[in-house]
Amino acid sequence: MSARRAGRFLKHVLIYAGLVVFLSPFLIVILNSFKKTQYFVENPIALPDTFSFANYIDAFHKMNFMQGFINTLLITVFGVFVIILFSSMTGYLFVRFDWKVNKILFFIMLAAMTVPFQVIMIPLVMLYGNLGLLDSKAMLIFMYMGFGVPLGVFTFHGFIKGISYELEESSFLDGCSRLRTFFQIVFPLLKPVVVTLIVLDVLWIWNDYLLPSLVLLSPSNRTLPLSTYAFFSSYSVDYGPLMAGLVMTIIPVLILYLILQDYVIRGITEGALK
Amino acid sequence: MKKNQALRNAGLFFLFGGPSLIAFTLVFLIPFVVGLYLTFTKWDVVNNDGSFVGFVNYVEVFRDKSFLTQLWFTIRYVFFTVIFSNVLAFLIALALTTGIKGERWIRTGYFTPNLIGGIVLGYLWQSLFSRVMPFLGQKYGWPLFETSWLTDTDKAFWALVIATSWQLAGYLMIIYIAGITGVPKDVIEAAKMDGAGNFTILRKVVLRLSIPAVVVCVFLSVSRSFLTYDLNLSLTKGGPFNSTELATYHIVQKAFLSNQYGVGQAEAIVLFVIVAAVALTQSYLLKKLEVES
Repeated sequence: MSARRAGRFLKHVLIYAGLVVFLSPFLIVILNSFKKTQYFVENPIALPDTFSFANYIDAFHKMNFMQGFINTLLITVFGVFVIILFSSMTGYLFVRFDWKVNKILFFIMLAAMTVPFQVIMIPLVMLYGNLGLLDSKAMLIFMYMGFGVPLGVFTFHGFIKGISYELEESSFLDGCSRLRTFFQIVFPLLKPVVVTLIVLDVLWIWNDYLLPSLVLLSPSNRTLPLSTYAFFSSYSVDYGPLMAGLVMTIIPVLILYLILQDYVIRGITEGALK
Repeated sequence: MKKNQALRNAGLFFLFGGPSLIAFTLVFLIPFVVGLYLTFTKWDVVNNDGSFVGFVNYVEVFRDKSFLTQLWFTIRYVFFTVIFSNVLAFLIALALTTGIKGERWIRTGYFTPNLIGGIVLGYLWQSLFSRVMPFLGQKYGWPLFETSWLTDTDKAFWALVIATSWQLAGYLMIIYIAGITGVPKDVIEAAKMDGAGNFTILRKVVLRLSIPAVVVCVFLSVSRSFLTYDLNLSLTKGGPFNSTELATYHIVQKAFLSNQYGVGQAEAIVLFVIVAAVALTQSYLLKKLEVES
């Protein structure tokens, strides 16, 4: 019995120690974000003598953090909102009306999900660049909608298929329109999938670099990944503020994750097994 | 009456499908078709010449020595990343499904690398490889870490593999946990009754019954690592001397720095075909191992 308990204890020690090693890159960055660059270069694993927020203040100004944060927040919130709103409606349309055109469109969207962004980016930049439509946050949101709709429609389609039609029928008898029925009866039932999609789309849009780097050209439009890149390429030796900049970029998503962690896990599991 | 119904249906179609279909068409479909067309033209930005050239761009892709070298570099990178990340993820998942106190928080911890994007991920590892590890190497006399890994082509390759696997493992772990928890307890009990040892149970029962999860995870890790860009940009920036440029990095450079849209687009399509072929072949092969419980 005691051998088994010792084994259990050992297992716990191993797993917790493993986690500390696994997360050590984060720990080192956090540790050094409070140190002067000079001390980081001398000994990057020593504890700081004094906890100073100087690096944070420095990075906050140099990478124009507030502007990047607001841009990223706007693009993510509106992007996710339009994806969820319109793809749930389209998913509903494709489930409830088995017209031929719907079936074909649904199939095209499924096929589109396999095509990587790399195949689209060159003609996208060429076409929209020629029309002078680049460098706008609204245009970027529209693009996220175009790229995010297939997964959204697919996910909602799968879920709405399982909802019985009777609920809606009684609502029609009461004289409600399709649109009203959708928002009053069907949409509230979609909550689990909505949360899953929010999680997946937020992680995608918040952290995306390639698409905004091609679309958003002026510094005032930069999102956080773009300003992190600009910051690192121009101050590549000043490690103290750089570390602080990394920590500040991670914190907003970390907070969201801690609030929604169960949904994140569920979203990934469900998303993967489909 | 009939006409009325048709009108109503069209109205419904545009109301419910209109916005998403417009965005999808303008952002995805049209560029996709134009992109295919682009590969058969002589497009470059400078002389604005869109004349038709047939398969010249595709021939150019296979003549472009640097693209082929980088494609081979990418394939090796994908190979090792897929193995490392999946083995690590499976082991963590296995350890976490045996009844651990605080399992939920440990899972959360292993997942955190996935909250950050490739740019932040790359800079985080860049400071580890170029500063922290050389410091430790010099202090404790570990020759492997004495110089920065990022200044040496071979070691920079492993730096890319390690950073990617570190992030992917936490993601795949979630799927493996779901797969392993789905293995019925009575099958494991029955195997124990038959006198099977722990390792045999792991190999013959747990692993065999988690094949669906393995298929999904290998598929995900293949397609994600083939398309890596951000991490490549921030961790090695293609260096030293352009020796660590992954395929996407090369395509972005070709199109947006050398302005060779036609060839760049042809390379993107070649990359897509390779990814699809590899991902589908592995699914097909692994699915053959699948058994019913």
